[in-house]
Amino acid sequence: MATTHSTPTGDTAAARPYLDQIDRLKGELPGAALSRVRELRRDGRERFAALGVPTVRQEAWKYTSLRPLEKVAFEPATAAAAAGTHIDVLPTVRPAGQTGPRLVFVNGRLRADLSSTDGLPDGVVLTGLADALSSHADFVGERLGRLANADEHPLVALNTAVLADGPVLHIPRGVVLDDPIELVFVSAAADGRATVFHPRTLIVADPLSKAVVIEHHVGPGGAPTFANHTAEVFVGEGATLRHYKVQREQTDAFHVSHAAATVCRDACYDNFILTSGARLSRNEVHAVLDGTGASCHVSGAYLVTGEQHCDTTTLIDHARPYGTSREVYKGAIDERARAVFQGKIIVRPGAQKTDGHQLNRALLLSDTAEIDSKPELEIYADDVKCSHGATAGELDDEALFYLRSRGIPKEEARGLLIASFLAEAIDEIPEEPVRDAFAAIATGWLAARRGGAR
Amino acid sequence: MAATHETVEQVRALAEQKYKYGFTTDIDAETAPKGLNEDIIRFISAKKEEPEWLLQWRLRAFEAWKTMQEPHWPKLDYGPIDYQDAYYYAAPKLKNKPKSLDEVDPELLRTYEKLGIPLKEQAILAGVEGTEGQAPAIAVDAVFDSVSVATTYKAKLEEMGIIFCAISEAVHKCPELVQKYLGSVVPYTDNFFATLNSAAFTDGSFVYIPKGVRCPMELSTYFRINQANTGQFERTLIIADEGSYVSYLEGCTAPQRDENQLHAAVVELVALDNATIKYSTVQNWYPGDANGVGGIYNFVTKRGACRGVNSKISWTQVETGSAITWKYPSCILQGDNSVGEFYSVAITNNRQQADTGTKMIHIGKNTRSTIVSKGISAGRAQQTYRGLVKILPRAEGARNHTQCDSLLIGDQCGAHTVPYIESRNRSARVEHEATTAKISEDQLFYCRQRGLSEEDAVSLIVNGFCKEVLKELPMEFAVEAQKLVGISLEGSVG
Amino acid sequence: MIEIRNLHATVDGKEILKGIDLTIGPGEVHAIMGPNGSGKSTLSYVLAGRDGYEVTKGSVSFYGEDLLAMEPEERAAAGLFLAFQYPVEIPGVANMTFLKSALNAMRKHRGEGDLDAMQFLKLVREKTRSLNMTDEMLKRAVNVGFSGGEKKRNETLQMAVLEPKFAILDETDSGLDIDALKIVADGVNALRSPERSMLVITHYQRLLNYIVPDHVHVLAHGRIQRSGGKELALELEQKGYKDFGVEEAA
Repeated sequence: MATTHSTPTGDTAAARPYLDQIDRLKGELPGAALSRVRELRRDGRERFAALGVPTVRQEAWKYTSLRPLEKVAFEPATAAAAAGTHIDVLPTVRPAGQTGPRLVFVNGRLRADLSSTDGLPDGVVLTGLADALSSHADFVGERLGRLANADEHPLVALNTAVLADGPVLHIPRGVVLDDPIELVFVSAAADGRATVFHPRTLIVADPLSKAVVIEHHVGPGGAPTFANHTAEVFVGEGATLRHYKVQREQTDAFHVSHAAATVCRDACYDNFILTSGARLSRNEVHAVLDGTGASCHVSGAYLVTGEQHCDTTTLIDHARPYGTSREVYKGAIDERARAVFQGKIIVRPGAQKTDGHQLNRALLLSDTAEIDSKPELEIYADDVKCSHGATAGELDDEALFYLRSRGIPKEEARGLLIASFLAEAIDEIPEEPVRDAFAAIATGWLAARRGGAR
Repeated sequence: MAATHETVEQVRALAEQKYKYGFTTDIDAETAPKGLNEDIIRFISAKKEEPEWLLQWRLRAFEAWKTMQEPHWPKLDYGPIDYQDAYYYAAPKLKNKPKSLDEVDPELLRTYEKLGIPLKEQAILAGVEGTEGQAPAIAVDAVFDSVSVATTYKAKLEEMGIIFCAISEAVHKCPELVQKYLGSVVPYTDNFFATLNSAAFTDGSFVYIPKGVRCPMELSTYFRINQANTGQFERTLIIADEGSYVSYLEGCTAPQRDENQLHAAVVELVALDNATIKYSTVQNWYPGDANGVGGIYNFVTKRGACRGVNSKISWTQVETGSAITWKYPSCILQGDNSVGEFYSVAITNNRQQADTGTKMIHIGKNTRSTIVSKGISAGRAQQTYRGLVKILPRAEGARNHTQCDSLLIGDQCGAHTVPYIESRNRSARVEHEATTAKISEDQLFYCRQRGLSEEDAVSLIVNGFCKEVLKELPMEFAVEAQKLVGISLEGSVG
Repeated sequence: MIEIRNLHATVDGKEILKGIDLTIGPGEVHAIMGPNGSGKSTLSYVLAGRDGYEVTKGSVSFYGEDLLAMEPEERAAAGLFLAFQYPVEIPGVANMTFLKSALNAMRKHRGEGDLDAMQFLKLVREKTRSLNMTDEMLKRAVNVGFSGGEKKRNETLQMAVLEPKFAILDETDSGLDIDALKIVADGVNALRSPERSMLVITHYQRLLNYIVPDHVHVLAHGRIQRSGGKELALELEQKGYKDFGVEEAA
């Protein structure tokens, strides 16, 4: 009885409808003339067919079931629906009246009419992938699919099989962008039809450049949407890229995203994700510190209630010496919501003097809320300093009593304590306007929570 | 750092590190044919003159096992195990069943003497630092390959109503207790190795502490695998009735052989209202040589159920042996206010691999658990802490604190931490902390400035690192464990 | 007798000590004062033999032996003691165990037998009494959770037990309030003897009011700039280090 040490595969039957969609879309995808893009799509389809839709039997998806997806018959997003969707107000972190570089995507397709690239320095590329596949074919062709691993991640494979549009940003060597770039993603189920789309993001920060990118994910709701994002982020030597995201889609949305970043020598990658939307969300961030002295800060806050399910999965891969990584996650989970945190730090052989730190703290605000944490360390070098911490619990009774004894009403006191609890994560954002905007969103969530059933 | 480099070199130089329990005993053994099938199970059951229900239970387990797959999730790398190429029953040939210790084969007694295990009923003089006068007596159940060869102090314990004997004997002596509790904590379908054990277990220890009795001495089982190509599948069952207390020690060694030997044990503990069980293990199975040849494959399922209110189960383990260790002593905290503890020191050197940790399942109200795990990796060893803390919705006011520290010596080894933390009760507080570090340069220099050699400094620091756990061991064991820490890291810590 | 001749040392390739000359006779107490970054702590680490502090030139003779050729523990056994500016924490190791291991290691080095637990306890009790300390500190893990004052007192106790020929006190006053400073200084003074030399390294003159030195040296830019009697310390107190090209108050 010899044993086979294989990982269980996903649900290949559940992959069927998506494979059919891939086959139907095939003729309509942009950039079909580029052989590299054709190969990527072909391999992506093959891998997805083999891997199937992830299931809870697989370690990486142990706590997040994609079964609810099966109950919805998603249709692929159409260009016409994207163009026809009316957008009232676009989210921004800028003060009222100010504008700046911005791309708007509806169901993953660029809406040039709502976008602006005015004022960007020469040489900076900010456009949609569909356009870039012709306007910057070589540049895009060389980089697509280098970081996001379709071999191991089924949803990345699915995204790759139909990659068509999404933001492309290139900051040339030494260029420092003072103005943040905003990327707005609108999930809209046209005519009440459940819609699925697979936006693809490519960000390339050349050596010594600096940029701040802010992603907004919103949706008007009405019918389920399934956004399956894949992002690839190259941070060149000595470059700084700050990548922020706020996801506030409606509670009938499914939101899955996989960001793969490689951070070169002395470069810095910051990632912060604020999640309060979607019925089911999974944010996966993989950062490879691939140069000596590279650093990353991967943090976030998740605020979930009702029946929401929010999964945060991170992998920090220290491949070179003298890397530092810091992760601070805070979550507030109310009603019947469930949050998942899986954070892994790998220190490869030879990555000496690595300093890795990770913290996940969750507040359970109701009797039916649930948190599942799996912070992992995998260490193959001896001269390193690594730690992780995870806690779960409710608000400190004593602190609550103290506030109330000073005359603050109970719910307000709870709100204050939750806000200060979340601040520990949000304070990790060094960019003041972003930090303030994110803190305001968290405060808004808390206010809505108080104004609700309680 | 030059000094560390030297240390690593020394670890390497000590490749053929002497495992002092590596001798074999030349004794006639009776073995069943190789492999496992229904006939072998019937043979084992018949040998033990087991009742029909137990045979049927074994056969059900065997049926289940045939449909199961060896788990692949541990971070362990080893070749396929041919389960049909091992002996499932080996027993020293005894002319007659010995009625007292005097009748036990002197060769066996000599073996245990050589291992430092007293099979004589007398107080042992303490060679123990810091204790004065005589050390307390320890009752020992000695398991040699598949059978229990001797149990000491049985009569004295029986006066208090304590049953301490081989499980094969308990089946006849107190069948109702065995039938009630066997498989009640680890069901025969639990996992691949536990199921294999349920089908094929040969012997092990049984303990019953009656209501309100505080067991006056440490109870101890000493496991020895002697026969080549033999798997050891022992089964231990400890029941602490209401208000009772017992401290139980388990030790293990095996001869040095080039082929791997399988050890798949199951330990079940049951603590009823207000009862406490303290279970300590010093696991020193043969770890294989420096190149990873030979050594014990240790796949063990240990689980305790705190069934009653205010009950407590405490696991303390010092793991230095085995080529492969797969082991997660766990507590199911059912009774309100029950307490689970897990204290572990695991040392892996050369090519040893260990995937070990614990599970704390909080079911009852105000249940508390503490996990302290200290892992030390040297040479080319890989070690993983894997733990689960699960708080179920009813576990109002549950508390868990986990501290999980790894120390690396040399740059060829690995230390991994995989905790699973699942909380479904908001009033529960769960805290997990883990660190990985090496011995700091500052600490080494400070010690050397005070005149300690580098080796002594490392040894001192490592013992300090493990102290929180070592202090949980009963005195008799603590000294052995401290020495073992030294021996296991010999060369790297002096 | 300790003789330091033209000592040059680098850290991370940067030259910090640029030719130190200093002779300390038996029983003498020398103070080295200097501004931040002058090389004071580097000198103490170089003398104690810390890794990463590379001597590029010069010599140190310690009672006729070549100090620089020895390992750190050999220097300790030869009678050199460094009272650390920041004593190191060693979790889980009782102070008592630590001291006993250190003392026996040195005794072994000198060809003397180990002290057993009882003998050791007697010795330590004697020393703690002479330093006006309690032995409560001995049961705790080495420096773990100690206050600044406790750490420095612990260093003094170790010095008392290990009885070095030459003690270097590296910024013993740092992190101490005046009361704690007095206690530590009393301890150090109790250990002064005709056979024991000391090198007191400090940034502030204040410490020297309590541990009165025989000689004072000013260290700046990696060299001893001036030497004198204890009055030199008072002068520095008033004028600061600006005469030595350093804009900083003493």
